[in-house]
Amino acid sequence: MIAFRDVVVRYPHREVSALDGVSLVAERGRITAVVGPNGSGKSTLVRALVRRVPLRSGEIALDGASIAGTGQRVLATRVAVVTQREEPAFPLTVREYIALGRYPHLGVWRSAGRDDRAAIARAIERTETEPFAERAITELSGGEWQRVRLARALAQGGAAIVLDEPTTFLDVGHEMAMFELLSGLASDGQAVLLVSHQLNLVARFAEHIVLLHRGRVAAAGDASAVMQGAVLEHVYEWPLVVTRDPAVGAPALVPLRVRARGTARDGQ
Amino acid sequence: MRPSRWVALWVALALAVVAGVAIGTLRLSVGEVVNGMFGVGAPMSVSVVRTLRLPRVLLAALVGAGLGASGAALQGATRNKLAEPYLLGVSGGAAVGAVLASAFHAPFALVPVAGFAGALAAVALTLLVARASGGRGDARVVLMAGVVVGAFANSVIMVALANADASVVRGTLWWMMGSVAEASWMQVRVLAVFVTIGIGVLLALGRAIDVLALGDDTAAGLGVDVARVSLGVYVAGALLAAGTVSAAGLVGFVGLLVPHLARLAGARTHRTIISAAALGGAALVVCADLLARVALPPAELPLGAVTALIGVPFFLALVRRLA
Repeated sequence: MIAFRDVVVRYPHREVSALDGVSLVAERGRITAVVGPNGSGKSTLVRALVRRVPLRSGEIALDGASIAGTGQRVLATRVAVVTQREEPAFPLTVREYIALGRYPHLGVWRSAGRDDRAAIARAIERTETEPFAERAITELSGGEWQRVRLARALAQGGAAIVLDEPTTFLDVGHEMAMFELLSGLASDGQAVLLVSHQLNLVARFAEHIVLLHRGRVAAAGDASAVMQGAVLEHVYEWPLVVTRDPAVGAPALVPLRVRARGTARDGQ
Repeated sequence: MRPSRWVALWVALALAVVAGVAIGTLRLSVGEVVNGMFGVGAPMSVSVVRTLRLPRVLLAALVGAGLGASGAALQGATRNKLAEPYLLGVSGGAAVGAVLASAFHAPFALVPVAGFAGALAAVALTLLVARASGGRGDARVVLMAGVVVGAFANSVIMVALANADASVVRGTLWWMMGSVAEASWMQVRVLAVFVTIGIGVLLALGRAIDVLALGDDTAAGLGVDVARVSLGVYVAGALLAAGTVSAAGLVGFVGLLVPHLARLAGARTHRTIISAAALGGAALVVCADLLARVALPPAELPLGAVTALIGVPFFLALVRRLA
C-alpha cells in the first residue's frame, strides 16, 4: 500500500507548489488512478515517490511506514516505477533490459541467483514478452516497449507498482491490453498506482480515482464520484458532458466543440 | 562479450607491447625483447628495452587504459555517445592544473594532484555551462559546453606561459599535443596508481552505470542514488584524466573511439565495456605511439596528433549517425 499524506512539493524558483497538501492511498488489490490536466502535479507525485524531488512537508508511506528513512535500493525492492518517458542511450536486448530490474536486489557485487532468474522469467511470462526477448530494445514497437518496461518493473518484485502515462502513444488495442494487464496485476494483490490522461478507460478499470487540480485533490472516490460534469469542466477548463457509455454503462466523458455547445445531444 | 574476444583483446595488447618495444631506430627481435625484459642478453639491447622502450610502452598502455575506461564510464553515466575526457574539457582542466603546478615549481608528485583539481573544476564548469544552457539532457549541449571549457583551459595555459622561457613554452606545447617520449619508470608507477584506483572505482560503479544509462528518473526508481553515482563517475573520470594528462599531455579521441569499438565487439554491461575499453585503449595508444615514432623518421609526431588523425573521422561518422 502506498499512502501520500499532506504531501507538499515546490520546485526551486517557483511561487506555486507543484503538490499542495495531497493525500491519497493506493491499496493492494486495486487500481488507483491519478488523473488531472497537464501541470496538475501528477508526474510530481511519481518523482516525489522515487525522491527525485524533496518533500516540503507531509510524508509518503509504504505499508504504513514512512519511506523517509528507507534506503533508495530498499525502496526499489518494494515499489517499482515506470516513468513517463525513457529513452535508453545504448542498445540492450529485451532480456538484458528486464534483468536490470534485479539491480536493487543485486547491488554492486552479488551475481544473479535462482531467485533473480525466477523473477525475470515470471515477469517475462506475465507480460508475454518472451517472443521478442532476444530483440534489441531499440527495435520494438511502442506497445512492445511499454510491455517490456512493465516487465522490468515486475522483475523488481515489489508489491506496489507505479506507472506514469503507460499508454501514451499506444493504439486502442495495445492500450486496452495494457489496462487489462494492470487489472490482472491488481487482482493478484499488487497495489497499482496509475497516472493517466485516459479518463474514460480509468473510469472502467480503476477502483479508486483521484482528480488533481493545481496540486490539490479536486475530487476522489470511485468513477461515479469523480466523473461529475461540473467538477471536470471546472478542472479541465473546457466544456464537456459526462454520459454513460452505451455499451458497458461506465461513466464516459465527452468533450464538446465550443461552437456546438448548445446543440450537443449526447447524454441529454 | 564472448570469451574468444577477451582472448583476442589480450593478444592484441601483448602484440602491441612487443611491437612497441621491438621497433625503433635499433630494431630488436622478439627474442631480444622478451629476454631484455628479464635482463637477459646483450647489455645494449637490455638497456634499450628496460630503460628506454619498456617504460614508454607501458606508459602509453596505461594512458590508453585510463582514457578508454573513463570514456566508457562517462558515456554511460551521461547517456552521451560523444562523451570522453578530452571533448568534455576534463583533460583540458587537468592540463591547466598540471601546467600551473609546474609553473610554480611544485614538486613532481604534486603535478597530478593539481591536475586532479583542475579536472574536477572543469567537470563542474562543463556541467554548469550545460545546465545554464538548459541542456543537461542534450548530448550535444553538454559536448559544446565541454569544448568551450576546453578552449578556455587552453587560453588559461597560454596566459600562464606568457612570460615563460621559450624552451619552457616549446616543452609545454609539445607536451600538450600529447607525448610519452619522456617516459620514466617513476611516471609509470605514479600513473599505475591513478589508473588502478580510477578503473577500480568505475568497475565498482559499473552496474549502477547500466541503470543510470536508462535515465535519471528510471535509475532512481531502480534504487540508484543518481547524484552519488554520477559524482563517483566524474571524480574517477577526473582522476584518470589527471593521471593520463600529467603523464602524457592531451591525447584525444581514444576515450571516444574505444568504448564504441567495445560495444561493437559485443560488450553490453558497463563492467564489460569499461574492461574491454581499458584493454583496447591500451593497445590503441601503444600502436599510436609506435606510429608516431616510425611514420616520418627521423621526426617524431605528437601522440595526440596521431590519435586525433585516427579519431576525428570516427567522430564525424558518429555525429552523422546521431544527427
